[in-house]
Amino acid sequence: MNRILFGDNQFFGVNHVSDEKARQQSMRFKDDFSILNTINYAITEGCNTFMCTTHDRMLNIANLIRNDSEKYDDFDIYPCLPYAHKYANAVTELGIMGTIKQYVPGNFIGSLFKGGYALVSKDHVKMMELMIDAELKMFRGLSTPVIFLQNVITDLLLGLGMKDLLKAFDDYIRKKYGAEPGYITMNMPKLVDVLASQGIHRPIVCSSINHEGFRMSGGIDLYEKTLKSGRVRAIGDKMIE
Amino acid sequence: MKKIGLIGAGKMGISHLSILGAHPDVDVVGVADTSTIVTDVLKRHTSFDVYSDYVQLISEKKPDAVFVSVPTKYHEPIVEHLLDRHINVFVEKPFSLNAINGKKLVQDTKQKKIYNQVGYHNKFIGTFMEAKRIVDSGSLGTLQYFTGNMNGPVVTKRKEQTWRSKPEEGGGCLMDYAAHLIDLINHIIAPITSVHGADLLSFYSESVEDAVSCILETQNGIHGNINVNWSDETFRKMSTSLTILGSKGKMTVDSTELKVYFREANAFGNYSKGWNVKHINELSPHVDFYLRGEEYSLQIDHFIKVLEGKLPNNINTFETALQTDLVIQQIKNHKTY
Repeated sequence: MNRILFGDNQFFGVNHVSDEKARQQSMRFKDDFSILNTINYAITEGCNTFMCTTHDRMLNIANLIRNDSEKYDDFDIYPCLPYAHKYANAVTELGIMGTIKQYVPGNFIGSLFKGGYALVSKDHVKMMELMIDAELKMFRGLSTPVIFLQNVITDLLLGLGMKDLLKAFDDYIRKKYGAEPGYITMNMPKLVDVLASQGIHRPIVCSSINHEGFRMSGGIDLYEKTLKSGRVRAIGDKMIE
Repeated sequence: MKKIGLIGAGKMGISHLSILGAHPDVDVVGVADTSTIVTDVLKRHTSFDVYSDYVQLISEKKPDAVFVSVPTKYHEPIVEHLLDRHINVFVEKPFSLNAINGKKLVQDTKQKKIYNQVGYHNKFIGTFMEAKRIVDSGSLGTLQYFTGNMNGPVVTKRKEQTWRSKPEEGGGCLMDYAAHLIDLINHIIAPITSVHGADLLSFYSESVEDAVSCILETQNGIHGNINVNWSDETFRKMSTSLTILGSKGKMTVDSTELKVYFREANAFGNYSKGWNVKHINELSPHVDFYLRGEEYSLQIDHFIKVLEGKLPNNINTFETALQTDLVIQQIKNHKTY
């Protein structure tokens, strides 16, 4: 893994400490080539890994990279799924069933018409796998050695105690994509403990690490202890000065 | 350890359930939902006791308190059921659809001394908490005017109907979005008592408004306006901002940034004369478990501490939420679309 990973928040209007800056950045990066140019600049500086959300706009960026495959031979993408606002807005607008209808891919809807809905709707792991496939489709043919679960889902599952679904994500990413599963979280020490209870050791975990303790749930001391224990392959995010 | 039940595991309910599940002082004794999609998932993948009927959950588990996160039209009968059994209640916003029924519930909680809270989570965001401290200190001088904005991308084209598109069920931009901003103004500045004008506009929704624009006045005579629009895709998610002008300064605050201008030195704390900018990472209290934003954990921590007798029951009470419902009712009376 590279020492420095290049992230995508600035491209898609995400900023954790200023909504205003986020909006300015979304104007600046409205054009796909402005994003690609910045990625190219990062590559020339030796940063060969792009960690990005499965945002709709990534589809175009992924296509541009695929069309120039020689140039991006050594380039890795670490997808982070899902792009949760898409689903959150859909649930508000369409309800839970409407969202499933809209986003779970074709074979699910096919099974709906075949009368297999009851079966599929009860097989939550299968449904999750179908949604993972739908989210990752845009990266087909590109190198994605690590695939992350976004913090809103990681932490939701963590609080609900849905350990088996975290394990199912882990298994599926390894088996289907031959990639390492990664986890983004705001609750790193707790997550590391829960993953260990499922037999997942030394996970790749991306979490806030800063002097202020901002979004380091459980506190700085517990974070330091967990980092020093060697039980986690940690990636630092929100390293605010 | 407090025994907590939850009724309604939809979008807000599942978020509350996750935070409650991780809370060291909470024992989640049961979850009720009428959707089999939801109850199937919870039964199979969590250790919670799951019910399709909340009445059964209450009678079997006798919780100390219950979180109610169902569509607004069901708030009143469920909350009434809980109050009849002397069970403390946390209910999602908006509080009630009918002010007369809402008043009765407020009276019940007072008579029976039942702890109560409503899910107006913005009050627990670090920037808005600091804004409240600044206004309360008087350092902005005599308040002159306020303007509030709220935008988001909920309904950006004509689509299938859900309860959020039905006014009789608590749908619409006014109930879903503007309620937050009105409640925040009531809290930070002063309760709004007069609505001098209101436009409710529909762009995509057939039976509810997609935007609200109002001229308002607080009980202490401060005028201001709000502009709320849930059909604005230039905002990635719900975004709320409030500007307050006073004789000694001006403040603009949103969920990530607080910008305040003081006309004089030593006006408040370590703030200086002229512009000061603070960000959420400097202002937010830390939480033990984080999901979606500190405010969601902080409001639950607050309610649990109220139940434990460690904090007074004075933030987001049924009574303050009813004030917000009354403003919403006045705005509806101006309906122009």
